[in-house]
Amino acid sequence: MRRSRRVVLPDKDHQACGLFGVIDRSGRRFSGEMAIEAMTSMKVRGNGLGGGFAAYGIYPEYEDYYALHVMFQNWDMEAKHRVDEFIDANFDVVYAEEIPVNPDANVYNPPLFWRYFVSPNKKGEDKKLSDDDYVVKKVMEINTGIENAYVVSSGKNMGVFKGVGFPEDIAEYFMLAEEYKGYMWTAHSRFPTNTPGWWGGAHPFCILDWTVVHNGEISSYGTNKRYLEMFGYYCTLLTDTEVMAYAVDLLMRKQGLPIEIVSKIFAPPMWDIVDIMDEKKKRFYTTLRMNYGPLLINGPWTIIVARHGEMFGITDRIRLRPITSGEKGDMLFVSSEESAIRAVCPELDRVYTPMGGEPVIGRLRSREKEIAKQLSEVE
Amino acid sequence: MKYSIGGFCDLFLDFCKEVEELRDRLKLDGKLAIIDAKGLTHKELNDLMRYAVFELGARKFKLLNITGQRYIGTRLWAPNMEKLEIEVHGFPGNDLGAFLGGHKIVVYGNAQDGVGNTMDDGEIIVYGRAGDVVAMSMRGGRILIRDDVGYRTAIHMKEYKDKVPVLVIGGTAQDFFGEYMAGGRVVLLGLNLGDKPHRARYIGTGMHGGIMYIRGKVEQWQLGKEVGIVDMDDEDWKFLEKHVGDFCKEFGFDKDEILSGKFLKLKPVTKRPYGKIYAY
Repeated sequence: MRRSRRVVLPDKDHQACGLFGVIDRSGRRFSGEMAIEAMTSMKVRGNGLGGGFAAYGIYPEYEDYYALHVMFQNWDMEAKHRVDEFIDANFDVVYAEEIPVNPDANVYNPPLFWRYFVSPNKKGEDKKLSDDDYVVKKVMEINTGIENAYVVSSGKNMGVFKGVGFPEDIAEYFMLAEEYKGYMWTAHSRFPTNTPGWWGGAHPFCILDWTVVHNGEISSYGTNKRYLEMFGYYCTLLTDTEVMAYAVDLLMRKQGLPIEIVSKIFAPPMWDIVDIMDEKKKRFYTTLRMNYGPLLINGPWTIIVARHGEMFGITDRIRLRPITSGEKGDMLFVSSEESAIRAVCPELDRVYTPMGGEPVIGRLRSREKEIAKQLSEVE
Repeated sequence: MKYSIGGFCDLFLDFCKEVEELRDRLKLDGKLAIIDAKGLTHKELNDLMRYAVFELGARKFKLLNITGQRYIGTRLWAPNMEKLEIEVHGFPGNDLGAFLGGHKIVVYGNAQDGVGNTMDDGEIIVYGRAGDVVAMSMRGGRILIRDDVGYRTAIHMKEYKDKVPVLVIGGTAQDFFGEYMAGGRVVLLGLNLGDKPHRARYIGTGMHGGIMYIRGKVEQWQLGKEVGIVDMDDEDWKFLEKHVGDFCKEFGFDKDEILSGKFLKLKPVTKRPYGKIYAY
């Protein structure tokens, strides 16, 4: 279907971004259609200045290689040349191509997107780093060192597709319904308020296989950003959400904390609630605040964080942004609005809204078993 | 482009269909209008309802396949008009019955955020649960929700002379229940809790008018600093008898069993909780 190009007038009739996430806990892979349809039903939550999707399990043929999606602003071929050289010097590239797009899709002025399937080629001092740490370091070097080039996605067997437009337009541009099958999808419709609407600033944000979609604003951005800089994460994408992606990478991948603890760092209980806890809990929450105070995420927000095998949705501690979760058999949904879940799955076994700061967790059944085994070994 | 300004188009309004194009979505059976809302935007649906009322004389609605359309029931008021009955089948979007002017809305499904936002008169009945800020700034009429509600229910609900809004919730509520409440009556029944306590915190924070009745277990620490527990009197029981009675009739619960439970009556301790904070 070809639609005429149109220039859209951004206005403020409606507010707040739209989020949606779905996982098939059996690991079955399905096309992007479901996520696209859900986002379309929440069209009023966005204003056409950003839409995006993260899909997991889409590159099984290259599952052992990091899939780098790189965006070249203004089709800057000089930047492309420099990135090619940089990647050749630091990685072994098994395959690289321009990400296929549908030129008839209704998007305005898209940049150039390439994907590189790579494995690390570490030299000298870098040999001490783990593969993941090495990739993070190199992604940061591209993002901060090469003008007009941004790595928007850097995990294995997953990818982020995002840009300026409504989510269904972005999906049409990258042909997500036709080209890709994943077992987990997260999606975002943007209503930018404080930061520019540009292709790199659309959600999801990604580092390695971590992705974050976010509705709201992070009032503590400055504090969070400075804290993360101490650990080598640099925010370059002009949007507050970026800190979330780096924070979960630091806390969950590098420090190995489970979601249950991380949610208490991002959205700790109020002090007056801590005051009435028993001594053990009081000590735990006080210790957490002393160590991780700078990663308290303040302001109104709902996020959906995903990595291979699991995703979780959570809001700020006094829930200033909405979230609803639904389950049907192996399918688990998290969304800004219940109606978006019902649009793609009218009959649900269970639908509920967690308290502010309490995560909704969707894990692959295989991962659940693995975690249960780990826990029993600890005991 | 209908709404274009200087070559730009309105990203929402420009892509809504006109009522004439949507005419086949509407079936009229006497005074009953049946609308298939599948895929309609909220503006298309609400335009169509307005057309059915003011052009075709419809007085009852049956809305089918509702999925997230907002503001249902708004924009349907005229002076001295016969009140409408609106049946909603599906899952309506935010601000259901916003500014509602006396009509009756019954939802067979769950509602989302902002049910009865600044509602003036009439009734909203939900056979399911509702989201955050239910009855926000409500100033008249009645809302009955069968199951749970989310955060900030009845925030800044108000009353004036004989206009006293009523909200009855069958399930439980989340935090900031009755926040900044300035008037009206709110009843929380906790029917689906069993022996478990309500989990809501900061109940009645900033409350400075109106009354809350809570059935079930609530600890002192869950209450905001601006509310106090007072004894129930005959007036209170008469009020509960009526509204809980209607609630039970609507949803098929046993009134006597519910009213034999323990009720907590909460009232604000002062009419101006923050009066001393601001300097003049």
